Amino acid sequence: MSWWRPSDVGLAVRSQLVDVGQAARLFWRLLRLFPAAVQRPGLVRDQVHFLGNYSLAIIAVSGLFVGFVMALQGYYTLQDFGSTEALGQLVALSLLRELGPVITALLFAGRAGTSLTAEIGLMRAGEQLSAMEMMAVDPVRRILVPRFWAGVIAMPVLALVFNAVGVVGGWVVAVPMIGLDGGAFWSQMQGGVDVFSDLGNSVIKSLVFGVTVTFVALLQGYTAKPTPEGVSRATTRTVVMASLAVLALDFVLTAMMFSI
Amino acid sequence: MMLGLPSESQPSAAFLFCTMPSNDSSPASALAELRNVTFGYGERVILRDVSLKIPRGKVTALMGASGGGKTTVLRLIGGQYRAQQGEVLFDRQDVGRMDAAGLYAARRRMGMLFQFGALFTDLNVFENVAFPLREHTDLADALVRDIVLMKLHAVGLRGARDLMPSQISGGMARRVALARAIALDPELVMYDEPFAGLDPISLGTAAQLIRQLNDAMGLTTILVSHDLEATFALADHVIILGAGVVAAQGTPEEVRASTDPLVHQFVNALPTGPVPFHYPGPTVASDFGPLDGRSA
Repeated sequence: MSWWRPSDVGLAVRSQLVDVGQAARLFWRLLRLFPAAVQRPGLVRDQVHFLGNYSLAIIAVSGLFVGFVMALQGYYTLQDFGSTEALGQLVALSLLRELGPVITALLFAGRAGTSLTAEIGLMRAGEQLSAMEMMAVDPVRRILVPRFWAGVIAMPVLALVFNAVGVVGGWVVAVPMIGLDGGAFWSQMQGGVDVFSDLGNSVIKSLVFGVTVTFVALLQGYTAKPTPEGVSRATTRTVVMASLAVLALDFVLTAMMFSI
Repeated sequence: MMLGLPSESQPSAAFLFCTMPSNDSSPASALAELRNVTFGYGERVILRDVSLKIPRGKVTALMGASGGGKTTVLRLIGGQYRAQQGEVLFDRQDVGRMDAAGLYAARRRMGMLFQFGALFTDLNVFENVAFPLREHTDLADALVRDIVLMKLHAVGLRGARDLMPSQISGGMARRVALARAIALDPELVMYDEPFAGLDPISLGTAAQLIRQLNDAMGLTTILVSHDLEATFALADHVIILGAGVVAAQGTPEEVRASTDPLVHQFVNALPTGPVPFHYPGPTVASDFGPLDGRSA
């Protein structure tokens, strides 16, 4: 086994710094070009449809099953303490504060993020981005910016859908199946959920996750090697990096939002 | 120039276009020029102190062995690469010193045909050609439609307007890309291997189109190609690149008559010469051992 020489370490560090610098510059451009997205809302609308509408089924189905499981697990636990009437509150808070934004972001990374990375990577491999540059059209402005802002818009909406469907799933298990009182289920939920600290923070979380997942997907696609292997690796990296980033950010955001 | 109605049976560009005015239209002047340009990828030098001129209004062919830097020259002129040394001039302005706005302004005066067309796969043929018009102009839809159909007619694909890129052949894709490249009536059109993989009919059509468009629109054309016969028949000026330098340049006849060993090997398609068949590596003896003691 050979140890790295200092020059190798220096080169690796410099290479990483270059990557971070390029990512930071791209992120700044995506933010700065927000007016370009506003000027051509049709491009953003198409991407919201592509990213959001096509992710809707998987998000809704997942939300339903997560709601089922939350209600079952919550019921078993609360039963020991004789407080099953708090099940509605438990399901709603779990979904709003954690499961809704996080699972939606993970699913969004797997469904829409990979699609974005593969699309952009294949455009680069097929020289479509070069062709665009040679037509004096900035690919960042024309291709990346609408997709970025569409992801930022779509993600909170999908998370809200996930939460709503999850609550309905919880109700289905708790009330018709287990036989808990429906009035207690809803009133406990209404009393225990705060619009600003719970629902508001849930939306803020999903906004942050939307920025993160969409940016990671676009960056990986834009910097992918223009080969089948390069696009494949970039797509995999999107899922891994976006998922880890979402989980890490969730911890930071939770610590900031719900600290006493 | 006679401007007649187009024939349905053959491509005709002349009736569609008028010559574009330019700042300096004297035939002898260069629209693009490389001055002592050096460029490489990492340690590998592709162009070494190369100087060449692309004469205005002519069809200039860039030829040479694979990996000789022909496509690199196109990308340097288009500003996609920056020269490590020297100057790349487009209409007397240094492309390497242009800011983003200047570069995009220069690119609006250029069109480039990529090797495989580089069509946008999510847009149909019509929308591919309309793309630069929609991005750079505020023309009404009816006018965009007329311009796009005129360009598609010029390349013989007016009837294919509704097809998707996946539904057309490679040769057709390149013609669509050509229609897109000339959508904004550029002054310079660069073709990166437009004949590669084409059948004889498509090749002949493509060569005829390139010539007609150049003459009818008053274009300057740079053509990267490996097809000796078609290119020599088409080009006004030929530049042979080899080993990172300009090995020969002149009219096709002058280049054919060159005594330079590399040019001789290239124009006569010889397997041996300055461009070796084998990639540099260890000797045969070091890989397989001495051959003396082996039985046949």
